[in-house]
Amino acid sequence: MSTVGGLEHPIDPLADAPPEGWVAGRSPWALAGHKLVRNRMAMAALAVFLGIVVVSFMGPFYADHIAHTDPFTSQLTATTVINGKRVDVLQQGGGVLKLGETPIGPTWQRNYFLGADSQGRDVAARVLYGGRTSLTIGIGSAVICSLLAVIVGMVAGFYGGVTDSIISRGLDVVWAFPVYLLAISIATVLLTQGLTIGPFSISASSLWLPTLIIAVIYVPYVARPVRGAVLSVREKEFIEAAIAQGASNRRLIFNEILPNVITVLIVLLPLMIATTILTESALSYLSIGVQPPNASWGTIINDGQQLLYTRPWVAIAPGIMIVLTVLSLNVFGDGVRDALDPRAKLRVKD
Amino acid sequence: MQHARRRGLMASACLVLLVGVLAGCGGSSSSSSGGSSGSGGSTTGHMGGTMVLAWNGIGSSIDPAVDYDQNWTLLNMIYDGLVTWKKVGGSDGNTLVPDLAQQIPQATDGGKTYVFHLRPGIMYSDGTAVKASDFLRAIEREFTVPGPVGSFYQGIVGGDACAKTPKSCDLSKGIVADDAAGTVTFHLTAPDPDFLQKLALPFGYAVPSNTPDKEVGPSNPLPATGPYMIDHYTPNQEILLVRNPKFHEWSKDAQPQGYPDKIDIRLSLTSEAEVTMVEKGQADWMYDQPPSDRLNEIATQYTNQVHLNPVPQVYHMALNTRVAPFDNVKVRQAVNYATDRAAIIKAWGGPQVATPTCQILPPDFPGYAAYCPYTTSPGDGKWHGPDMAKAQQLVAASGTKGQKVAVICTPDEASKAICLYFVSLLKQLGYDSSIKVLSAAVEYPYVQDSSNKAQISFSYWYPDYPSGADWFDVVVGCNGFHPNSSASANLSEFCDPTIQKMTEKAIQTSVTDQAAANQMWSQVDKATTDQAPWVSLFLPKHIDFVSARVGNYIFDPNVLVGGILIDQAWVK
Repeated sequence: MSTVGGLEHPIDPLADAPPEGWVAGRSPWALAGHKLVRNRMAMAALAVFLGIVVVSFMGPFYADHIAHTDPFTSQLTATTVINGKRVDVLQQGGGVLKLGETPIGPTWQRNYFLGADSQGRDVAARVLYGGRTSLTIGIGSAVICSLLAVIVGMVAGFYGGVTDSIISRGLDVVWAFPVYLLAISIATVLLTQGLTIGPFSISASSLWLPTLIIAVIYVPYVARPVRGAVLSVREKEFIEAAIAQGASNRRLIFNEILPNVITVLIVLLPLMIATTILTESALSYLSIGVQPPNASWGTIINDGQQLLYTRPWVAIAPGIMIVLTVLSLNVFGDGVRDALDPRAKLRVKD
Repeated sequence: MQHARRRGLMASACLVLLVGVLAGCGGSSSSSSGGSSGSGGSTTGHMGGTMVLAWNGIGSSIDPAVDYDQNWTLLNMIYDGLVTWKKVGGSDGNTLVPDLAQQIPQATDGGKTYVFHLRPGIMYSDGTAVKASDFLRAIEREFTVPGPVGSFYQGIVGGDACAKTPKSCDLSKGIVADDAAGTVTFHLTAPDPDFLQKLALPFGYAVPSNTPDKEVGPSNPLPATGPYMIDHYTPNQEILLVRNPKFHEWSKDAQPQGYPDKIDIRLSLTSEAEVTMVEKGQADWMYDQPPSDRLNEIATQYTNQVHLNPVPQVYHMALNTRVAPFDNVKVRQAVNYATDRAAIIKAWGGPQVATPTCQILPPDFPGYAAYCPYTTSPGDGKWHGPDMAKAQQLVAASGTKGQKVAVICTPDEASKAICLYFVSLLKQLGYDSSIKVLSAAVEYPYVQDSSNKAQISFSYWYPDYPSGADWFDVVVGCNGFHPNSSASANLSEFCDPTIQKMTEKAIQTSVTDQAAANQMWSQVDKATTDQAPWVSLFLPKHIDFVSARVGNYIFDPNVLVGGILIDQAWVK
């Protein structure tokens, strides 16, 4: 018999199977996943977010087979049937003067469920298509931002010294600009001519342009925590041990440091997606993000701004989608953080 | 005898009393009859008060040598020229009358010389007298101070040299000013039947002869000759006009005394906010047109406060005739055939506020004859509907399908809606179209500059004066195109030598025979419409929305006003 840590259980390290009654341990990832799954709020938020994603990506199906509409083409002289009666989508004003043309309001039916906008387009179909665009740009720019930030943060934190100084000062310069002002400045310039770097060219109307702009402006916000985590892990004993064993820099970075800092990224990712979706909506609302007639939640709010007095649903519907998406991502992100970051649950007990 | 004398005195006193009573009754009835229409009778009871105007933003400049936009509405209340258009309502508002000149002279020397005699005793608001040499200074500044358009006065002797080298501009041979005699003599290089009309534009307003060759701003305005002057300007917030203490009414037709004591212009307001302010009585008039989503509301709830008037304005898409694909006349005609003008009018606000058109000239304009080839069932001069089949045939024949086209517009709701319509339409015709939205401050100079190669843009033309030359020699004529310049009103860069010859002949003919010239303008209109440098869209009606207390509403159609005569409206 042997004792381990005061325990009187018989342990044979050469045995093929663990002794009877021994409970197998879980990996940190499994523990975190178990914790996350047991967090009902986080799971509900995830379900809401996934629901929004699924519904948004069903936009083409909705437009083609349910609403029978093209949400990108002007429908100024279109008509529709409501309660068996054919009516103009843009309806002439009343009274003696008969001024103005007002789009129809929500019909709560297959056609024009949420009504029409000032171009006579189906608002519900545009909100779904807009979701596709906003989610694609939001998730895409968050992923690209994370990739860039990992590279920048790893290089700065691992190599230190002059390299770290140069990179950190560069990040400070970008961080010094208010994020939205920086995005507006870059977008205003690039939207007139597009972006051309060597053989690569992105046209002004391409969705890649807002995606890349948003990704780049948020790099400092992710790179700094990554750099901090790298600096912390770099001083650990197992890194010293790996160096003593002759591990190359590449092995150190990919096999030792990266797996230990990836949790920072995983915690940040849902929150970054929420942030990038908000930023895309803001830029598109200002007409320097997604360009019309493409739809995004921001462009639809811009379209609806002129109809707030008469057809408020045009602006309210995409606004609700943005709120639900960002809220669900924030709640889910909190749950991920609670599951992965043990220090987040520390409490001082009296 | 004594008793008879007393009765005689009593009778005389009663007679005097009776006459006095009758005179009082006559005075009060004439003021009430003048109250509603503003014509005839005493209106002194309406003098005073502060008129509040709501405006999105001040135009590009408050300097008469530079401004070429909505600020003319203000400038014509502050400054004066030798001649102006009558400040009355209706078509009479386009009649030329003498302003600072005693009368409109007849041209001599074969139509090349005009001699003006100044009215004596007219002062600027700073107390200095208006002199003949002030007009020489004013017109030289039109060349020397950079502005958004080319000069209207190149026909004056020395004008060509000034246009080429503005810094050394000297028009003293072309404009002979005699301060002592109070005369201004203009010498032209050739007869110009529109010269007097051009003198009525703000570029010809009197300025002190020591005014420098740089643009003046609203914080330091030029001294006024009109009934109002700028009291102060708070950027993005307010401009306040107050009565000019040195003004006296020398001509009711040219520059009548204003009714309000002050005109308070509130700036940086959205058109939505402007509508709400007028509805609540916080503003008396909104400069900007009401947004289309509020039209039904103001038309049904404030019917008596809405005024609709046709204006000689044509909204159109300018097609760049030197940039693909619109350098091909088949493509330009195709877009004209395909355009559903009824749909565009819906986006603008409905058939009550706009009428479709296919041609360059507006109705009731000298030389207008209804003409519309770009429609189904052509022949009666009216637009009936789009002809998509014909459009697609023309596009196929042109071989330009698939080319990229960027449609340029400003971010306001109606402009964007119309541009989005054209993006859809061009896609339907087989082009790779997209929209390019530029801010209002940038868009017009951008599309004027040929180096930007703007293909198609949404625009309008409001004629500077009632003459065919202002259309066919400026906005769609060779003389209106200046390459690589942001002062090139001919956005289509259209210059057809045959049509230009027809235009020049019409200009020459109008010196002696206006009726024959009008027939020629009609032919020029048809020929130009056939070449389709524009997609002419619609003729708008101007909507004036005024507060409940505003009286004496007068709509003046001339280009200086193009709406309500602000200073002739009552707020008391």
